[in-house]
Formats: sequence, C-alpha cells, structure tokens
Amino acid sequence: MSTHQAGARVEGGHLGQRQLRLEDTALLRGLGRYADDLATPPGTLHAAIVRSPHAHARLLAVDASRALALKGVRAVLTGEDVKRWANPFPVGVRAPMEHWCLAVDKVRYVGEPVCVVIAEDRYLAEDALDAVRVEYEPLKPVIDPEKAATEEAPVLHEAVGSNVVNERHFNYGDPDKAFNEAVHRVSIKVHYPRNSCTPIECYVVLGQYLPASGSYDILSNFQGPYALHSVMARALDVSSNRLRLRTPPDSGGSFGIKQGVLTYVVLMGLAARKAGAPVKWVEDRLEHLQASSSATNRVADMEAAVDVDGRVTALRYDQIDDCGGYLRAPEPATFYRMHGNLTGAYDIRNLAVRNRVVLTNKLPSGLNRGFGGGQMYFALERLMHQVSRQLGLDPLEVMRRNLLPADAFPYRTASGALLDSGDYGATVDLALRDGGFSELLQRRDQARAEGRLYGIGLCAVVEPSISNMGYITTALTPEQRRKSGPKNGAVSTATIGIDPLGGITVHVSSTPQGQGHQTVAAQVVAEVLGVAPKDIMVNVELDTGKDAWSIASGNYSSRFSGAVAGAVYKAALKVRERLANIAATMWNLDADQVRFADGKVFIEDGPSLGFHRVAGTAHWSPALLPENEPGGLRETAFWTPPQLEAPDDDDHINSSLCHGFIFDFCGLEIDRITGEIHIDRYVTSHDAGRLLNPMLVDGQIRGGFTQALGIALMEEFAYGEDGSFLSGTLADYLLPTAPEAVEPLILHTETPSPFTPLGAKGVGEGNNMSTPVCIANAVADALGRDDIQLPLTPSRVRALIGIDEPEAPEGLEPLAAPKAGGPALQARDSVEVPASPQTVYDTVLDPETLRAIIPGCHALELEGENQYRADVTVGVGMIKARFAARVRLSDLDPPHSLRLSGSGDSPMGSASGSAHVTLVALDNGHTRLDYVYEVDVGGKIAAVGGRMLQSASKIIIGQVFNRLAQRLTGQPSGGLWQRLRTLLARLLGKGDAS
Amino acid sequence: MHAPAEQRCDIELELNGETRHGSAEPRMQLCDFLRHELGATGVHVGCEHGVCGACTVLVDGIASRSCLMLAVQADGRRIDTVESLARDDVMNDLQQAFNRHHALQCGFCTSGILMSCVEFLQREPTPDETRVRDMLSGHLCRCTGYTGIVRAVLEVAEQRHEGESQQQALENRNDV
Amino acid sequence: MKPASFDYVRASSKREVLQLLHEHGEDARVLAGGQSLMATLNMRLTQPKLVIDINRVEELRSIRNERGHLAVGAAVRQVELTDRTELATEVPLLAQALPWIGHFQTRNRGTVCGSVAHADPSAEIPLCLVTLGGIVVLESLQGKRREVPAADFFQGLLTTARQPRELISEVRFPLAQDGTEYRFREIAMRHGDFALVALALCLSDHGARLGVGGVADRPVAQTLPLGDALPDALNTLAWSLGAQSDVHASAAYRRQLIRELGRRLIEEPSHARPR
Repeated sequence: MSTHQAGARVEGGHLGQRQLRLEDTALLRGLGRYADDLATPPGTLHAAIVRSPHAHARLLAVDASRALALKGVRAVLTGEDVKRWANPFPVGVRAPMEHWCLAVDKVRYVGEPVCVVIAEDRYLAEDALDAVRVEYEPLKPVIDPEKAATEEAPVLHEAVGSNVVNERHFNYGDPDKAFNEAVHRVSIKVHYPRNSCTPIECYVVLGQYLPASGSYDILSNFQGPYALHSVMARALDVSSNRLRLRTPPDSGGSFGIKQGVLTYVVLMGLAARKAGAPVKWVEDRLEHLQASSSATNRVADMEAAVDVDGRVTALRYDQIDDCGGYLRAPEPATFYRMHGNLTGAYDIRNLAVRNRVVLTNKLPSGLNRGFGGGQMYFALERLMHQVSRQLGLDPLEVMRRNLLPADAFPYRTASGALLDSGDYGATVDLALRDGGFSELLQRRDQARAEGRLYGIGLCAVVEPSISNMGYITTALTPEQRRKSGPKNGAVSTATIGIDPLGGITVHVSSTPQGQGHQTVAAQVVAEVLGVAPKDIMVNVELDTGKDAWSIASGNYSSRFSGAVAGAVYKAALKVRERLANIAATMWNLDADQVRFADGKVFIEDGPSLGFHRVAGTAHWSPALLPENEPGGLRETAFWTPPQLEAPDDDDHINSSLCHGFIFDFCGLEIDRITGEIHIDRYVTSHDAGRLLNPMLVDGQIRGGFTQALGIALMEEFAYGEDGSFLSGTLADYLLPTAPEAVEPLILHTETPSPFTPLGAKGVGEGNNMSTPVCIANAVADALGRDDIQLPLTPSRVRALIGIDEPEAPEGLEPLAAPKAGGPALQARDSVEVPASPQTVYDTVLDPETLRAIIPGCHALELEGENQYRADVTVGVGMIKARFAARVRLSDLDPPHSLRLSGSGDSPMGSASGSAHVTLVALDNGHTRLDYVYEVDVGGKIAAVGGRMLQSASKIIIGQVFNRLAQRLTGQPSGGLWQRLRTLLARLLGKGDAS
Repeated sequence: MHAPAEQRCDIELELNGETRHGSAEPRMQLCDFLRHELGATGVHVGCEHGVCGACTVLVDGIASRSCLMLAVQADGRRIDTVESLARDDVMNDLQQAFNRHHALQCGFCTSGILMSCVEFLQREPTPDETRVRDMLSGHLCRCTGYTGIVRAVLEVAEQRHEGESQQQALENRNDV
Repeated sequence: MKPASFDYVRASSKREVLQLLHEHGEDARVLAGGQSLMATLNMRLTQPKLVIDINRVEELRSIRNERGHLAVGAAVRQVELTDRTELATEVPLLAQALPWIGHFQTRNRGTVCGSVAHADPSAEIPLCLVTLGGIVVLESLQGKRREVPAADFFQGLLTTARQPRELISEVRFPLAQDGTEYRFREIAMRHGDFALVALALCLSDHGARLGVGGVADRPVAQTLPLGDALPDALNTLAWSLGAQSDVHASAAYRRQLIRELGRRLIEEPSHARPR
C-alpha cells in the first residue's frame, strides 16, 4: 500500500496558514461574475417552463398554438420535439423506465417540465405560459415510500411494473449467527425527511446549438460530477465531444443541489435548437423549490445485536430510499456513497443490509451536502442511543466500547471501506475536555432538579470524502457489473501554465461554489514555487471543450482538499522540476540544489535569478534550455488514488478514499409550553487530516452546521397526501436566519491521510451528517422518547411532550382528521335557508341557479345530464385564478341529499373538490344544508399558499352555499362564524366575541 | 404620472452617485432594471418574494428589497448598490472586515447584506450582537452560518466608535 | 416569476387615488409599501389591470395623535412608527408588536395600512387593531367616508369590509388607557415569520381582553374572566377559532398555546417578550 508523501515538505510557509481569501475582493465589491451576470450573444432568447400542477397524471395533449401567437414568443419546445431530437437519460440501474427532459407520456411530480416557451424576454415568456393548453388525466398519486413499495400502490412507470426499481441484499460476516447469539437485540425505525441545502442563486443555463457542427455549447452553473457530462451527451444524442459544457467564474452556492441542473442543460440545448437562437433560462425560486433537487428521504428499520456490556456485534439495515418520480443520475447513489461506512466509527464485523430504491410522486432527488451520510447516521446513531437506553448504559460508554481503536488503521470495514487514518478515542477525549462535557452534565442535573427539560446528545461519525466513481455500481449485482466492465477511481486534474513574463495561471476542474478553491490552490502553488499567493491567478471556470477534466471533475464528496489540491501540488512539482533543470543548466549546477523562495530561483550561497527570468527562458530562449526540455511551460497533472478499487464479487466497496472523524455533543433545553428548543452548547470536534487553511475549514464547518441545524429544527419539503408540494416559497420552506443560528465550539485534531498528496481529507459535509442526529439524540434524552422525527418543530416537540387537551365545548367539536391517503383538506359546514327541502333541492338542480351560485362563474354549458363545463374565476382577497372547470351533480337522492363536485385547471394550478350535501328539514319549515367537503389543490396555489389553503377552501365553498341561501331568500345568510359568535357569547356570557 | 402597460417609461435616477437614464415597462422589477438595464450586476436576485434579501439596495438611504419595487418607482430616487461602497478601488471598512472574518463564501447573499449593514450602522452605531442578528434576520446566507458576518459588523461598529472617540479627544485637546 | 402587465399611475393626491379607484374598482390595486402586493404580483397570484402607487401622496403620510387615537395615514411606513419614541406611551401594545413584523428591511417600506388591507390572519398590526378596538377609515369618491370598527373590518382570510372603490385612508389606534397593561407574545418558527400563534393582551381591573392571531381566519379578540373561570374560558376560545393544521404546526398545538401561553400572559407579566 502506498503511504508515501504523507504531509508534503513545507518550504513557503503558506500551507496550513489562515490565508485570507483571494476571491473576496470581487465578491465584496459586487464584481462577481455569476452565470446570470455574463454577456449573452446578440439575439439571445429567454425561456419559461410550463410545469405540471399534478403529482401524477397522464399527459393527453399539449396545445401551444395560442402561446405562439402572442407578442414576442418565438418558439415552444414540446415533448414531441424532445422525442425527435433526444434520448431519455441513462439510468444507473437495470429497469425499463424512461426519464426525458420534458414529460412525454405522463407527469410524475408537481413541477415536472411539460413544455418550454421561448420568447424575447422572460416577462413575455411567462405571459405565454398561461396560453399553453395542457390536458391531463389525473391519476392516483403515491407519496409515502413504504406505501409505494407495496403491490397495491399506483405504479409510476408501467414498464417497470413496480415502484421498487432496485433492490439489493448484502451480507458481510455472519450477521445471522451474531443475532442468534446476541444477549440483546435493539431496534429502531426512523424516517429521514426530504430537505435541500437550497443555494441562494438558483439554476442558470444558457444553451446554444451550432448547426454547422451539430453540436451544443452550453453554459451553466452546473457543479459536477462530470460523469454526468456523459449522461447529458447521451440524452442530447450527440457524441460527447459535441457537448461543450462551460461553467461561469462564480457560482452562488450549490451544496450538491446544482448537480440537478443537468436535465435543464439538455432541455435548454434543445430549446436553442428549436428556436434557432441562444436560449437563456434563469430558474426562479418557485421553480427551484418544487422542481430542482432535494435530499433523498429514507425509511430505515434498524437492528443491533448487542453483548451484555453494550458491544454491538452485528447490524441489520432494512432501508427504503425515496428517489421521487424518476431515478435521475447519479441516484441511487444516496445509498451507495455510504456503503463502505455502514458500520460507522465502530468495530462491527457482521452486517446485513437490504436496500430498496422506491419511486414516488415527488421531485427527483440527488446530491445534497452530506449525501447519504445524514440519512445513514440518523439511523445508526439513533440506534446507538437506543442501545444505551435499552441497556440502561451511559451513551458515551456504549460509544467508547464500540469505537475503533487507534491501532486499527488502516482499517477495512465489514462492507469494504478502507479507513485511512484516525485516533477516534483521542478526538473524543479532546472534545470532552475542551468542550466542557462534565459541566454540561452538571447543567443537565441542575435543570432536571428544577423540573426543566434538558437533554444531552452525542454522536460519532466517520466522514467519507473523495468518492470512488465506481461505488454506484454496487447497486448492480456482480453479474451485471461484469457485463458492463469495472468502474472505479477518482481522477482529479490541475494545470499550471507560466507565461513568457513569468505569470502563473492555475486551472482546476473543481467548479467551486464559494469554498475558496482559488485561495487554497494559490497557497499550494505558492508553497512549491516560492511566490506569493496573491501573484497567482487561479481560473476555476471549466470548459469541457478546452480544459483538462475527467469524470470525477466537479465539486462534490468534499474532494477538493484531498484530491484536487493534491493534483495542484503534483502539477506544481512538475513545473518546479522543469524550472530547476532549466536553472541548473544555465548555472551548470545540480538541479537538486535549486531552491524556490521569495519570487526567486536560487542555489544556497550561489547564483540567483528572478522567478520570471527562469520561467521566461522557456519561452524566449529555447537555445538555453537543457536537452529534453521542449520549451513552453504548462503542466497538467492527473491523479487518481489506487485504493479506490471497483466493488469485488462479494460486494465489498471502498466507497471513498478518505475518512475523517467527527465527535459531536450538545446540551439543549426544551420549553415545556411552546416546544421550542434552545441549544445551550454545541461542540463539534473534527479530525480532517491535515488542514490546508484552517480559516476555510472552520467556515465549512460553521456553514454545514447551520444547514444541519435547519435540517434538525425546521427544514422539510412537505407534500400533501394528494401529491401537492407545500413548501414552494422561502416563507414556507424555512432556513435558519442569524437569530436562530448557534455558534458551535469547533475543535480539531489532525491525523494526516496517508493516501492523499498533502495529507488532507474532506471536511465540508461532516456536520450535515452528525448534527441532525446529535440534536435528535439530545431531544430523545430530554423527553425520554424514542420516536424522534425531523424536523423538530415546536409543534412536533410539544406533541412529544404530550398535549392533554381538554374537550371541546359542545358545538365546537372539529371534524375528525382526514384519513391518511384521503384528500388533502376535509371540513364541514352548514347553512340554514327559509325554504322546504324540496324547494331547495329543485333550486340546486336548476342550471340557472348553478350559474348564479358558483362564485365568479363567467359561463356554464351543459355537457351531459347534470354535468357542465364552466369558466370560473375564484379567489380570496386579491388572489384570483381563472379555471376551466367541470361541474357535476351526482348521488341524487331527492329531496334528501346530493353531491356537488367540481374540478379544473388554471395557470395557477389545479383544484378539485366535492361536497356532499344533506338537506335537513327544520321545525320552523326551514332547511338546514349540512355539507361535508373535500378539496385537493395542486400546482402553484398549493406551493405558495399552503398556509392558507384550508381557510381559502372554506371561504370559496362557503360562498357557494351562502349564494344559494341568498338566492332563496334574497338575504345574505349568516355562516358558521356568525353562529359561532352567538354560541361564544352564550357560553361566555359576554357579547363581544369579535 | 400615468404609464400604460406595454409602454416603456423613461426613468432617471441617481445610481451610486451618478445620474442614470433608462426605460422600463411598468411591470419591470427594480432589481431587473438595475441589473440588466443599468448593469449593476452586484444586485443579486434570490427569491423575488422579499424573503432572501440578496437584492437589498438603498432607496434614498433606506435598505429596501429591490425585487419588491417597480423600476418606475425609483424614478427620481437615489439608489445605492454594493458597487458604491469601495472608493478608488479601496474597499470600505465593512468590506474589509467581511474579508478578515471570512464573512462570505459564495458571495451571492453578500451584496444585499452589506447594504443592510450600511443603513443599520447609521441608525444604530453601537449595536450589540442581538441587534446585529435581528438586523440580519432579513437575509438568508446558506454558506457561513452567519458567524463571520456578525463578527465583522460588530468589529466595524467598534472601530467606528473608537475612531469617533479619538476624533472627539483630538478635538477636545485642540480646544484646550 | 415576473408580474403580468398592468397600467401604472403614480398618484399625487388622495383625490386622484379615489378617482382612479372609482373608475377602475376591482381592476385596480393600491401599491403602498408593496411588501405583500409586489410578491403576489411577481407570482402572478394577482393580476390587476391598474396599479395605483400612493408612495408620493404627501397627504396620506401623516401620523396624528388626536381625539384619543393615533391616526396613521395610508402611506405611513412601519419604520416611521418604530422610530416614533412616543409610541411606547401612546399605543404600547403596537410598540411591542411592531418589532415582530417581518424584518428591519421589510418594515422600512411596508406600511401600516397595507398590512391592514392585506388582512393576513397572522399579521400583527390587524391583531393589535382588533384587540384595541381600533377603527379603519375608508374613503371613496363623492366624499363618502366610512369608519369601520376593526372587529367588523376583518371578515376572513385576506377578506375585509373594504369595497373595491374604497381606499383605506387611515387606521386609528385607541391611545393607552390609564390602569391598563399591554402585553404581546408571539410564537413563530423563526424570527420575523408569520405567527403560529400571536397573543395581544389588554389587562385591567375590568378584565383581560385577549387578541389571538394566526389561528382563526382573522384576528379575534375576546374579553375573558380572570381567576378560576379563566382556564375554561381560554379553552372555549381556543376551540372556537377553528384552528387548522398546516405544515408548520398542528391545530392542537395552536389551541394548546392559546390555553397555556394565554393564561401565563394574563397571569405572569414576564411572559410578554419584547424584541
């Protein structure tokens, strides 16, 4: 095993220093060059996308003729075009499902692109969205992944025949034996929610089609991995050298999410082809939240076989990953990124795994900071907490008994990861001491003595970095893998060019989104070539048509400091070697003696030249160069670690090259009344190998930690049972702001990796793996509960504490909660009218009445017996939408009951509702109409108005019946509210309920 | 002033100290106008519904969301964007403190945050951490966890305060 | 996410605003601070034919302390009230509630009357207005002027008594009463978010008047008995509001906060949380 070069020679004193960022000046002055800031070619058009309001529907027809007739509209791209020019995206598992960049047969999630309107500006393009007529046949959606996995569930992809698109079973060691022999068996079932690290800059794509070469030239803030370039080229049906993919100099955050722009890269390439002009698309926030990408939600059934003293001898994972409507590359990677690490930081040799990949009617999932780790550690570390609870042991003691010992490294885990280095015990000890663990225990004792709810949580995490590009093939069986050939490795690249005046330009194919790669690359080169970091220009744009790149290029799996900075180092060494030879030849001395420092090339106590003079020789004076020195000065280094082998026939996989270690603990207090969580102290200790720039490392930890705080406390992509997406704005999908943010105490130990050129490991994702479960364990500790579900909102925490609710006074009982799987909204109301049931009944069945009582009804046409087509504008307050609707009267039982239903589509989304009306004759000769209604709402209305849907439905339905009453009496009727006021006044003996 | 929907209206405003002219339909958002008509691409657009704060600019000195204003509303107003902060290629104290405290990563939210800080520190020259965090609650930053930002703002407040005290002391001495 | 087309008028007088509202009625929207309207325009949730900008109508910018009320004009921004040092003695409940509204940057432009016009059930200003028994002044052309008690003005979700041709020309908050204590408490997911539950209290020897926001489809205020009868009265109030569950909180949670926080707010002064 190669362990050379652990920790490079330090000459320049730049590595390991708190070097301020070279990127900042441009960004702080508003001079950044993000994708939407760059100049576009003359004649560039702008795209807007028609998206499905339905979670699951058959696509019957798309008619864009009215849109095409509008001012400024130049073209509309539809599924027909896509079928003609493109291919479905290749899929990572063997299942006959088709995912096109536009829906062609069905829509499978809310927000799925249906067609693209291309116009002279974005405003005009959006005007035309409303003019595209799309006809859907709604189908029953499935949202819950466990239900989706059953045979009764509606199937998303009929050709597959099941929503379970991949299932694999793994056995390592002898788990059955270990479970049979175990003294204790501890189990827990957990759900990890859907969430997204949501960059503040959304997706941007500028597509161009070049007919002369039949090629695409596309600029996008794509983040990689560039293995997906192959996926895009195949989808565009061109050879890969005919897709030139470029990235801008700056990117406004990604955290994995901008991997998902790949489908839009293809879409805008085709849009440009259709329009015969460059086409730009800037995703807006509503589009981003409902239809870009998200973490994969997971259901995990966990079991541990445990010794009498808390030693875990075997683990069993039974997991379902919900990848949404389509399996978009690189899924199902959420499972397999962590496959080598399923035993966490523990010495556990027996492991059984069942992984099922399930599709549901949600947006396709993808990379998201902590990829797979948040899901896995939430299950594993909740289980370890449960072991301590069930055995009545101290969680810290259980952890210590299972941690890998310091002398175990390099350590091959049961499922195949090769843990490179670490001293887990030392990191834990440091954190307990410097983080004040014993004081926290005292604070807990004191709080509890005072009757307050206080809990301590802890967790241990092995943080993988630098993914093995072959890990995803673990989703295939060994036989399937043999057919397609082995995949492995992680090739990183860097190029250093030195111009005739000695200017150094570095290029890395790491597409950063704010991590400071320019600064660190400059530090590395400065270190080797003896120049100042500020004098080095680092170019981080990536152009697949010109630059050195490979499938592992891009910014993900925390690969920069370990792999890319290592490649920069290798390239710098190559340059230095050539320069040393050039100088040595000029001086007729030995190249080994040549030193580089302070912008000079010299020999100790000997000759010295400016760096630019030596470098310039390669350009200006080839005659002075040594033999075999070709002149010019540009070196590209490719580097791939040999440890990243393909999965073997027993499914062992070294899924990542480096493995850092994290030990976190926290103390928190819960407000008994409000359920609010106050984090008293959070300590996060990291061993990420050698730190190249500690300031940037701490920045990564703080940022990841705050995102993780959001995951733990507030963030979730919420879906209604009807498949509607309910987190469509940043007022619905909540991110931590400064007052909610907590300052963690960050501690470091440094055990250099023997596998990377500079001894560094990745560090960017660890807290997204550790923090959610650490907080969950603390809440479990505070409340003595096992059923901890994220996000831990005040409402959810209060429910865990227990609400012993007094009964509702008579007349105020709410309707029973809607059944799971039923419609999104269900409620009832009633209205009294001064007419007999027969009169009321006859009135309702009269089309004229119907037209009059439907609010905002512009036209009503008879379509069949008791069936109508209607053109209706409905809304609440200033918010209004015009629906093409169908209205129907059914279940007629004159004069006792009937059902009034309506459904329709509008530019703002779809809606359907149905009210069952019972007519009750009253003693006074009047009739009371009792109606129970249910409503499903989809598309934009649901996404941005979730908070108000119930009230809005109530108002609109109420309008129908109040108008009926009004028609029968000529008087506006008092609704439920008026009756409530009367009731309240009676109950309270006051007259002022207002 | 009456502007029909499809007609572009002439707009004159003072952008970062310069008089600038442009035209926009009534419906054009101020942020789009500043970016695409006047070239102030330091104004960033993150949500278009007033939550993320990336598009915050000063309107007559008051921090405002430029996605929640129409370009026509800025006619005759003074608009300051992040591009106004550096003088002669030298960043101001706030920008320098952001650099020192690693208060930005991707930088996308930063320009809006800086503009809020400019107005905030004028209104509250000596804020405590709670006040700074309260002010920042109108901005979303996904990269930094806010720590560096809070530190930078507090440091600048302190430096300015010290600078003023020294100035005051100097003046007092001169008086004597 | 760009607005649909509309005509735009930058009004220069109240009369011009009223004239335009008279001509265009439901097709027109008044643009004041724009902190709600602009977002709904951007999302195309509302598509008026005409936007009437009142930001430069000087006569709508007044704040007056007169006849027992603080009268706040249609174009007065929230920040103008937070900057008003006398507010803490004039309308202490409002002074406590204002910092909970959105953020510094949105209060900089958002108007007091705009929040009233929008009638979000979670909004703080309507809650204060209802709890204090304030008045909404509506004007239309032909010199018509209606003074509507806040309790009658808010009719439901985003729905008010304002007729399409009327302008909310000002709102009036009753000034603080001697011997009455004012307390405000809000529970939200984050700083500045829509309230899950907001409670506004006027407490005097005569009893407790408790306003609840974020639960019913409008702000609701109720006078409650003190002492032993309080828990039952709070329970009745909690159930009467038709609390609903959404993605952030359950109905049961909202009811429980009314019962428990409501009681503590009334009985323990420390439960008011100024910001």
